[in-house]
Order: sequence, then C-alpha cells, then structure tokens
Amino acid sequence: MAGVTELIHKYLRHDKKFPHVWCPGCGIGIMLGALIRAIDQCGFAKDEIVLVAGIGCTGRLPVYVDFNTLHTTHGRALTFATGVKLANPKLKVIVVMGDGDAVAIGGNHFIHAARRNIDLTAIILNNSVYGMTGGQFSPTTPYGMRTTTTMFSNVEQAFKISELAVTAGAVFVARGSVYHAKMLDGLLEKAFMKNGFSVVEVVSHCHTQYGRLNRMGTAVEMMQWQKEHAITVEKAAGMADEELADKFKIGVLIDRELPVFQDEYDKVKARAKGISIP
Amino acid sequence: MKRREEYVKKRFNKEKLLQGNEAVVEGALYAGCRFFAGYPITPATEISEVMSQRLPAVDGTFIQMEDEIASMGAVIGASLAGAKSMTATSGPGFSLMQENIGYACIAEVPCVVVNVMRGGPSTGLPTSPAQGDIMQARWGTHGDHPAIALCPSTIRECYELTIKAFNFSEKYRNPVILLLDEVVAHMREKITLGDDRIDIFNRVKPTVPPEWYIPYEDTPFGIPPMANFGEGYRYHVTGLTHDVRGFPTSRPDEIDPFIRRIFRKISQNFSDLQIGESFMTEDADVSVIAYGCVARSAKRAVIDARERGIKAGLLKINTIWPFMRIQVEKVLKTSHCVIVPEMNMGQISREVKRVNKGDAKVFTINKVDSTIITPTEIFNRIREVC
Repeated sequence: MAGVTELIHKYLRHDKKFPHVWCPGCGIGIMLGALIRAIDQCGFAKDEIVLVAGIGCTGRLPVYVDFNTLHTTHGRALTFATGVKLANPKLKVIVVMGDGDAVAIGGNHFIHAARRNIDLTAIILNNSVYGMTGGQFSPTTPYGMRTTTTMFSNVEQAFKISELAVTAGAVFVARGSVYHAKMLDGLLEKAFMKNGFSVVEVVSHCHTQYGRLNRMGTAVEMMQWQKEHAITVEKAAGMADEELADKFKIGVLIDRELPVFQDEYDKVKARAKGISIP
Repeated sequence: MKRREEYVKKRFNKEKLLQGNEAVVEGALYAGCRFFAGYPITPATEISEVMSQRLPAVDGTFIQMEDEIASMGAVIGASLAGAKSMTATSGPGFSLMQENIGYACIAEVPCVVVNVMRGGPSTGLPTSPAQGDIMQARWGTHGDHPAIALCPSTIRECYELTIKAFNFSEKYRNPVILLLDEVVAHMREKITLGDDRIDIFNRVKPTVPPEWYIPYEDTPFGIPPMANFGEGYRYHVTGLTHDVRGFPTSRPDEIDPFIRRIFRKISQNFSDLQIGESFMTEDADVSVIAYGCVARSAKRAVIDARERGIKAGLLKINTIWPFMRIQVEKVLKTSHCVIVPEMNMGQISREVKRVNKGDAKVFTINKVDSTIITPTEIFNRIREVC
C-alpha cells in the first residue's frame, strides 16, 4: 500500500493548493489512481503526456497531476486534444471527460473523433448525473430516476456510451467500474498502448447528488451496487438478454484494427509532396 | 534597388492573379502556419480548399472538423502544441467559435481566425457582402477580454495582414481576427508574392529551467513567455481565471491583476497595432473613414471630388480593433465633416462618434441591401455635406 501511495505522489502536483474539489467517497479519485498507475506501468514520461479534460467534476482532474495539462471548455476536450495530437504526434494525449461532457454537449465531437480514428485515449467517467452543477439528469441517467431536473422521474432513455463508441468506429472500447479498480488499471493500460481512438468508460457513482435523491445510500453502498450489477464480457456472452437487463458489461468490448488518421495523413503528405500543385 | 528587384523577380517570380481567400492562404503559409482546422462555409470555403492542398506539402496538417466549435478547439490545441494555427469561417461559424475564442483570450493562446463577412443576422445572405461582424469581432465572446481585429481592402493587404495577424497573435498571445468581406474574399487582383519585407515573429519561449518557469507571470511588456507542450515545461492551461502559475483561483487579489494584465498587453502596445492609410486628409474639409471593400469605393469618390475642386480625403483603417483613435481623432480635428460609409447599420461610425469631441460633424452611409457601396454614393454624400 505504501508503495502505491508513493507512486501516486510522484505524479501529483504538490504546489497545487490541495485539498481537491471532490466529495469524500467520490469515484473520480479511484479513477485518477488507476490512470496514474496505468501511465506508470506503460512507462510514459511525464513530459510526453498531455492530459486534456472538459468541464465538470471530472474536468477538474488534470490540475492535480504533473503532466502537460489542459482544462478546456465544456464538451470540447476532444477537439482540443485533436489539435494537440496532430500538431505534435509524439505526444501521448489522454482525454478525461464526464458523461455530460462527453456525450451531451460533446456528443458530436465524441462520435466524430471515433469515426476519424485519431490516436487518442478517451476516458469517460460515467456517474449518471451532472454532479458539479448540483445533480441534474444527464444523457446517461437511467429511465425513471430522480434528479433535480427530473423530480417527477426521468422520462428519457439513457445512452450506452461504450456501445455508442463501438458503433462510431473506435478501435478499442472497454468498460470498467471504480469498484473493479485493479481491472481498471489493466483496461487503461491496454487503451494507452492501442494505436487509434480508444475509449474506456468508467462506471462510477455520485452519492452526493444522484444517490441521495434516489435513496441509493452511501458511496460504499453504491459501489456495492456496481459489484452486484457488473458482469464480465466473457460471462455475459453466455447469458440471455433478459438476464442482462439490469446489468452492465465490464471488460474489453472491442479491440480491432482500423486505419489511424495520423498514419493515413502521413500518406497524404507524401502524395502532396509528389504532386506539384500550381 | 534595381538589382534587388531583378533578384526578386528571378528568385521568386511569383506574379499571380489571386482572390482574397487565396492570398490569405499565401500569407498564412509565409507566416509559418502549419495547422488549419475548418468547416465548409460560404464565402470562406476557398481558404479551406487551398489549405487542404498546400499544407500537407509543407509538413503541415489540414483537418476538416465536424463543426466550427471543433475547428476552433483544434486550432487552440495545435497552437499549444507549438504549431502556428488558423481557421476560417463566415458569420454563423464565427458565432459558434466565440466561446473558444474567449478561451484563447484567457489562456493566451496565439491563433488566427479569418471571418469572411456575409450578410446577417443568422444564415442571412451567404453569397453577399456585408460588414456586420465588426462588433462581434470585439465583443463576441463573453466577459471582458482584449481583442485584435484587422480588415484588408485589397488582395495585397489580404496577404500582408494575414502575416501581420500571425505576428500579432504570436507577439501578444491573443487570438487575432481577420475580417474580410465577401467582395475582398472573392475579388481577383494581381499580386507579386515573395517580394515582401515583413519580418516573421515567433512566440517568445521561456529561457529559464522548467522548475523556475511561471507560465502566466507578468513581464514589463505584459506578455509572459510561452512554452509548448512536450518541451519539458509542464504547466496547467485552463479557461478558468487563473493565478500566475496557471492554477484556478478565486482570490480577488489574483484575479484583478490578471484581467488588467491581459488588457495592458494591448493598451501598452497600442501604437504597434495601428495599421491604416491616410489619403489627402491633411487639407481635407470632408474626410471619409472607411475599411474593407468600401475603402476602395471611397478612394475613387475622393479622387472624383478633388477633380471637382472639393477638398476631400480618406482615412482607410486596417486595424479595426483596437480602434485607431489617434488617427481618427486627427482627422476629426482637421476636417469639418467626416463621412463613415459602411455596409452595416453603423458599427464603426459609433466608434468614430465616441472619439469625436465635437470637432467635426459625423455623417454615415449605411447600406444593408447586400450590394457594395458605390463611389457615386459616397461622392454624392460628400457633395451633400460640404
């Protein structure tokens, strides 16, 4: 345990005015721990990592870690990351977003980054709610749940972020949860090492806003819920749809090879140099 | 001098017939632009098209994004990673970019935004000229922020002002808006490329070791050195109001100096940002203050008026923001009447009236019917007022 703490401290910005903004019991800290362990495991240097985030609770993450960090406008993290990556392809660009950030305001950028297959890793922390603004429903709030803007229950259907990413063309898509922290380390490592647009959805909880309104208990109880409702991809393969109705799949959902934007654009550059344009 | 001309002709020999949009691309490439993100929109699309062919040949990157918001985001990201970057759009796209333009102001990220003005509001008149985005270029994004906007009226100016736009953005670490109108963007004129003596300015990088680097520290010029991502200076870039280290702050004693510093960048270097041209204003009774394509008509009208014995003059303003108040005040003092013709309901004329302290009578010509203001219209107005 001491070793893990020491490792994390190596990557934290000690000149930043701690404490952080997150509530006690929040899952974002667990995700940040997994992110740091995975980066360390992959052996990236601090200087080559660019950590990009949007707005919201999850968007506050980069300020605490000692990388090149970029805290962008709401929903636009992937667009800034696209620019960073294309201007300097040697950098390892990791984008951290919340569910509202990634698939509501930034939904269009998300599907297009996946379609374009640009070499980025998008980590989406899905806590089913807009936490920082006080608990309004997000595109991933399940049908029938209470939030501060759906006090008479949510009448909209929820997005399945990972499945959306698969359909949009991401080459690596995985889902984990903050309860399965060890597994999350592994998923993030695989995502970082993948060439192309990789997505890791992290199922988390917001006991302060979402949990309280829906009487789901403390952070521990909500993590217990994650434990009970998570089914590994391998296990889910042999199960009927009815059995999976209230479950979510964790593990690697897809790992495939498709042409990556930068590699293709290098060919464009070669063609452009060969052909003389008047 | 002759030998130099011969040398230039031999070396470059780049006499071309270009339209404004193409000249913007030439200027951008000369200035060192190596990243372009855009979204198709009339009447700015040619900039994207030519960029998509020219950039890969010089190891730059062109990307067509999913919308203008994404284009502006990518431009800022690329600039942070070290590439001089640019986007081009028209009114509706310019509106979409505003939030991220504000981001570039607060995070002090150099970039150039070309806005080819069309008739508005909303979708308006996509293929017709207008000058309705003058105030949007100044106050389009929310909050108090510094602004630099330039406006060419000839093809040569499209080329030169694009280079200067990059220079200003790199020097002052602020987005620079290049305001073209549809006439200047699509008009073709002869231009000699290569024969230019404009120096290129690249962003000042920190010379201190990374552990000493304070990314938003005040300097005598108000402009802190800028490290690119991946160069060993790990720092935080945010759209939140930040302290000198770049970390979010809500302390009044840190917020106030920060906002005042980003304004001081412009006010302290005001004279450096002024680009304009006086034509026969010294002894003029009636002076015209114009910009963009209207400045062309105005010049003709002034020449016609002089031929008929009317002492007319023209002040062409190329720097729209910060407003060229020193030159304008001079004209207001020396002329009895000042005419401000523009293709909007009166955006620059408001500024002229603001700086006019009763020195001259200010008249306007406002045309919003999608056609250019003709020399005759300006000439008739000159005759009316004098």
